[in-house]
Amino acid sequence: MSLLEIDDLVVRYPGRRRGRKFTAVDHVTLDVRPHETVGLVGESGSGKTTIGRAVLGLAPVTSGRIRYDGKEIQSLSRAQRRPLAARIQVVFQDPYTSLNPAMTVEDILSEPLRAAGWTRSTARGRVVELLDQVGLPTGAADRFAREFSGGQRQRVAIARALALEPELVVCDEPVSALDLSTQDRVLQLLVDIQERTGVAYLFVSHDIGVVRHISHRVAVLQQGRLVEFGPCAQVTSRPEHAFTEELLLASPVADPARQRERRALRQAQREHVSTTPMSPITIQRRVP
Amino acid sequence: MSIEISAQALDAPTRTSTFRLILRNPLSRVGVVLLVLVLCALVAAIIMDWVAPDAPWHADLYHLNEAPGTNGHFLGTDSGGRDVLARLVVATKATMFSGVIALTVAMLLGLPGGLVAGYYGGRVDMVLDWLSSLVMSLPSIVVLLAIVSSLGTSMWISMTALGCMMAPAVFRLLRAQVHAVRNDLYIDAAKVAGLSDTRIIARHVFRVVRGPLVLMVSVMAGVAITVQTGLDFLGLGDATTITWGGMLGEGFAAMSANDILFVWPGLAMAVTVAAFFLIASGARDALQHADGGSSTPARSTATHLKPVPASAQAAAPPGEDEILTVRNLTVGYPSGEDVTEVVRGASLTLRSGHTLGLVGESGSGKTQTAFALLDLLPRQAMLMEGEVWLDGTEILRLAPRERTKRVREAIAYVPQEPMSNLDPTFTIGFQLVEPLRARGIGRAEARERAATLLARMGIRDPERVMRSYPHQISGGMAQRVLIAGAVSTEPRILIADEPTTALDVTVQSEILDLLRGVQEEFGMSIILVSHDLGVIADLCDDVAVMRNGQVVETASAEDFFARPRHEYSRMLLDAVPDENHVRPEYVEAPSPRRSAKTGEIHR
Repeated sequence: MSLLEIDDLVVRYPGRRRGRKFTAVDHVTLDVRPHETVGLVGESGSGKTTIGRAVLGLAPVTSGRIRYDGKEIQSLSRAQRRPLAARIQVVFQDPYTSLNPAMTVEDILSEPLRAAGWTRSTARGRVVELLDQVGLPTGAADRFAREFSGGQRQRVAIARALALEPELVVCDEPVSALDLSTQDRVLQLLVDIQERTGVAYLFVSHDIGVVRHISHRVAVLQQGRLVEFGPCAQVTSRPEHAFTEELLLASPVADPARQRERRALRQAQREHVSTTPMSPITIQRRVP
Repeated sequence: MSIEISAQALDAPTRTSTFRLILRNPLSRVGVVLLVLVLCALVAAIIMDWVAPDAPWHADLYHLNEAPGTNGHFLGTDSGGRDVLARLVVATKATMFSGVIALTVAMLLGLPGGLVAGYYGGRVDMVLDWLSSLVMSLPSIVVLLAIVSSLGTSMWISMTALGCMMAPAVFRLLRAQVHAVRNDLYIDAAKVAGLSDTRIIARHVFRVVRGPLVLMVSVMAGVAITVQTGLDFLGLGDATTITWGGMLGEGFAAMSANDILFVWPGLAMAVTVAAFFLIASGARDALQHADGGSSTPARSTATHLKPVPASAQAAAPPGEDEILTVRNLTVGYPSGEDVTEVVRGASLTLRSGHTLGLVGESGSGKTQTAFALLDLLPRQAMLMEGEVWLDGTEILRLAPRERTKRVREAIAYVPQEPMSNLDPTFTIGFQLVEPLRARGIGRAEARERAATLLARMGIRDPERVMRSYPHQISGGMAQRVLIAGAVSTEPRILIADEPTTALDVTVQSEILDLLRGVQEEFGMSIILVSHDLGVIADLCDDVAVMRNGQVVETASAEDFFARPRHEYSRMLLDAVPDENHVRPEYVEAPSPRRSAKTGEIHR
């Protein structure tokens, strides 16, 4: 049984000119099971972030259904969504704008708790627990978010997401603003937390290397459409769709010799594509 | 690894309250002293009202227009024989009170209006904005005079009207501020956390606007008091209330008999208004400080660079196949008495026709090193030590003008953010042609050369792109244009600072291919600054790893990736997501299962 089911989701935004609409998400169907990580990978404009925002109720759903734990949530009002706050949470890309710079870490972490009706003193106890869980010293509670480095801020953002012990966390490019070594540690933290608490992740990223590292299943998006969805090993090692292969070959690896081979493969593929007509992207594969 | 979360980093003493910051400014300290003075007068007025309510009205008809200091009248008496000091002190109350009325009305209307319009936008915003524009378009003094003459001279009426006239300023300020943060991610995070709109506005949005609000309140207090004084001076005020404006009017009327009488209310008013304005200006500076709003330092013209000590003799020139050699380069910035070194004794070698990758994480000094080579360091930067050999000449010891000339001729630059490095007000064509024209090439030939270059960069319709403005092209296209611009002057060295970081991977691979092709064709040498080891592996022959301003390892790319020598290099390579590690599909296990109701984990 899936925790989150996205069924034929369409998100359209009004375009620049009147009457013309921009389709950000175009009939996408995918699901996330409890305890697993589903990676959403694609380039800018592929609709990956919009899908995450639609799940969180931050993007307007034009048609289709989003079911959480069997219940439809796509048309709930803000007030009706409030109970979901304890079950679906978020970690955003930019740790600089996702934390209010004028609030202390304790304020930030206790906010969802207080909104859920916790008392001040029980919330404080939970804040200490959360800081420990994400590897920050207890003394961090009294400091302002702006005093921390990018990696530390992202830890605070993760702690905020975990405050109410959610079952699903939407991670929207959570490591792409971080340095390589910091990125590695934050990814490891996310995996550790998953193994400890059994939380599921919908993990949005442009970096197929990162997605491959953390995901159980991977969905590849191109211009709002789902081109491939399946187990991580299969999608990132034996892709069925040409676009997935292009993404894989384009993302550089830290090995000059292998990078040379990949470059040759990519050029061969490009020549192959230019001589054969492109097939339209219609594949909608769903792994049961 | 615990560098990132060391306790030391958490102990940085950066917490200062805004109020303290305001006090730190000498001007606003003067303002606070003046305000305290005014507040003392206010307290005295209230006490007097209570102890001796008749004192300001007591007319001593035998002592009219006494000079200050006579007969126990510290500031003398007025043309009615009343004590000036007593009246001045009592007037503080009514004058300040008038300011309070106007401010309260302006806040009551402007504050909720601005918050709501800024946060929700849409129709509410449209209606409120229209109303505020309407009020703003009215000539406020004329309206005020009309209201006073038709509705009476009560201070309540005139100050309420003034408050209404000032409300749009509050509304506009708040609306703009809130609008700017409305789409910030922490607002989204608060929505996801289940906070109600009221709570989000009160907790998150209001925090952002309270600083500018303090600023505006103090300015408006000064304005309100000035306007009230003006009305009373004109005789449009309530004659039974003592105000500074009224006293000022009396002073002017009695000018021939007592030429010093008008000075005292004038002084009182000047002190009060100055207090508010000085505090406001101090608050503005403090807020800018708190936001970390230090503007990006201006680029130096080369003449502002500190010269390298002449005593330090340059060592022997490097080998012939080394087109650019850096030895022991140290760059610092003044911080207080000390100098913070951001590049510390860095040494690099760029081999002719090869590509050198400069690797490091943020704050490693890689971009500062690149800027030092490009002669683009900010004004405050100090070149403290080192040699830079360009094509067999040591350039740091050249005259600044000569150095700049050589660097501009030999080295071109491709930046990280292609879009922000194109001027949005000129066409692409103009921006490509202009540098060529500056080198004395004819208009037609320059255009043709630019078009040929764009075609070489893989742009299909160069003519159309040259007619376009930067906002009409994609990021990948913009980077191609910038590379075309960089190679158009036929430099021997290209310094590319994270040239593909802002691009999609598929576009990135094309740009990397393009750089490789351009290098072969033009025989250029490239320094590629990047944090992405994959990009470095793709393009570079040699690698230099920087950390904390120091070059910790230089090696051929092959050696670096296969046999990294320095511990930090190994750490970086280990941090690359392991390709061979793939998580298998998750199989539901009977292990931790969470109850949806209680949120507890059952095992």
